Amino acid sequence: MLALFARDLALAIRAGGGFGLALAFFLILVTLVPFGVGPLPELLSRIAPGILWVGALLASLLSLDRIFALDREDGSLDLLATAPIPLEAVALAKAAAHWVTTGLPLTLAAPVLGVLLNLPAPGHLWLLVSLALGTPALSMIGTFGAALTVGLKRGGLLLSLLVLPLYVPTLIFGAEAVARGVAGQDATTPLLLQGAITAGALAILPFAAAAALRINLR
Amino acid sequence: MQFWEFANPRVFMGWTARVVPWTFGLAAATLAVGLVWGFFFTPDDFRQGSTVKIIYLHVPSAFMAINAWMMMLVASLIWLIRRHHVSALAAKAAAPVGITMTLIALFTGAIWGQPMWGTWWVWDPRLTSFLILFLFYLGYIALWTAIEDPDTAADLTSVLCLVGSVFALLSRYAVLFWNQGLHQGASLSLDAEENISDVFWVPLVVSITGFVLLFVALVLYRTRTEIGARRLYALTLRERMA
Amino acid sequence: MVTLAVETLAVSRGGLPLLEGLSFGVAGGEALILRGPNGSGKTTLLRTLAGLQPADAGHIAPGPEALAYAAHADGLKPTLTVAENLSFWAAMFGARAIDAALDAFDLGPLRDRPAASLSAGQKRRVGLARLLVTGRPVWLLDEPTVSLDTAATAAFADVVRAHLARGGAALIATHIDLGLDAPVLDVARFRATAPADRFGAAWA
Repeated sequence: MLALFARDLALAIRAGGGFGLALAFFLILVTLVPFGVGPLPELLSRIAPGILWVGALLASLLSLDRIFALDREDGSLDLLATAPIPLEAVALAKAAAHWVTTGLPLTLAAPVLGVLLNLPAPGHLWLLVSLALGTPALSMIGTFGAALTVGLKRGGLLLSLLVLPLYVPTLIFGAEAVARGVAGQDATTPLLLQGAITAGALAILPFAAAAALRINLR
Repeated sequence: MQFWEFANPRVFMGWTARVVPWTFGLAAATLAVGLVWGFFFTPDDFRQGSTVKIIYLHVPSAFMAINAWMMMLVASLIWLIRRHHVSALAAKAAAPVGITMTLIALFTGAIWGQPMWGTWWVWDPRLTSFLILFLFYLGYIALWTAIEDPDTAADLTSVLCLVGSVFALLSRYAVLFWNQGLHQGASLSLDAEENISDVFWVPLVVSITGFVLLFVALVLYRTRTEIGARRLYALTLRERMA
Repeated sequence: MVTLAVETLAVSRGGLPLLEGLSFGVAGGEALILRGPNGSGKTTLLRTLAGLQPADAGHIAPGPEALAYAAHADGLKPTLTVAENLSFWAAMFGARAIDAALDAFDLGPLRDRPAASLSAGQKRRVGLARLLVTGRPVWLLDEPTVSLDTAATAAFADVVRAHLARGGAALIATHIDLGLDAPVLDVARFRATAPADRFGAAWA
């Protein structure tokens, strides 16, 4: 499982764009928002938590369809399925690699991009914490979606349609935690709920993803 | 005859051929009674005037929107556990009916909301939940249409239905939390069970019964069509073998 | 000694029954060559044995955990070197050493080349070297000699012989003569005739 995780990381680094693309997309998205809504600092700081969370969510969506598709094309997925490691562990390792290449850099970059949107000072810490807690769920849910659509020729758009509704609870609790943090309220409750969703997703979705992979391999 | 025998495609085609016309007839009669009673023979509400009467479309369709998904969930589970093809096809057949019910609920809600709240749409927890439910239906139907092999499609949509149900439930509670956090509570939405009197309640129950019957009739009818399509597919395969 | 035993197996692809009533055995130290026209179900049979798809009927022993499967695709990552590709599969199968596998297919000089720069035949050799690092006793090979030159084909036949000499077994779908002392099974004899129950009785 560690070997698979390490291989996926190496592939992401060598193919280039593994870390960079999602970050660049995130930056562009955050840059475009003020052009759309106007440069008023009060308005921007009011919507910053939501924009940053939605931006991180969309950026993590970008590379989802590559999680299994490449392995399917070159035959690795068949070989992985015949290896002694269970497909549940394959799904978990894939989700972990996806998180390290997208969720983690997005989490670290978000507070910096928060400056662009006039995110008030206490918000930066809460943004960091809530993204760190929530992005693993995004990667795991996305891995499940990728497993569902791996057999399809052009599954990318369908993947977004399937995955985005599943992102709703994570987004709600994440953005809410930051908004409460900014307002000086106690953000523990949304953070705890978000942590619970992440823990639940990590516990259950590897099984669902493995089931979907088995069906698609037949 | 054992219960599961009814799910054998040939047996199913046999008994539904007799039952479906009756179900449609009964649904039409019940709906006619419920809606006519509700629209023309109930008094106007002291607060809402005649606008309250859209309740006879809004509440039953909302009720069926959720129960159609529940039925799909049960049918998916039966398919995954017992591999009854009719069960998978019934889930497939119910989805477009369910999404239509969701749309009716959303539209009648908007039409009702306009004169009452002065806006077509608010991000009230209930409205938002239904919008999310609509998205779940959309994804489910899209996955069915995207996959060619019928058994693979049945398997994958069933897995999606299971996972989707968990997340739909989570979204429902997340939305309640989110709304309390930003806005006032659900003071705008009407709780039908609590604040309407029997004069409105009885025709409403009749309407709901009519919608249930209509749903059953449509799903049985559509399942028959799906079985026909499935037969065609099997015959094509057989042709290819010969 | 491992014996691959298949009894009254039926397989189908995309709902279309391909083979039925297929029974054969391959004892340790033996190989069996699969023959049959294109589309007759050789690949489907191998995938079923490897546990990638369920059988419609019949019995297979041992389970997929004793079988190493080499498909048409080699499962190589173009940006990883030959050694990295093999080490990854060695790690997945709980092995460490890849040198013997590299030597067997004369891949030593290529070990630090990225897989993207290899020729089709060289990639094939890396793909086949993977069989050695799995350490599994029964090999399922699907057209293993595609894009191999004469020398590489002979080297591959030697590797298979050495594997058999160690008590391993091999099931090989191939159209060329590898020079192995192995019986031939023509799968066309087991072509499915009746529609499978799952759509025959219930649907039509």
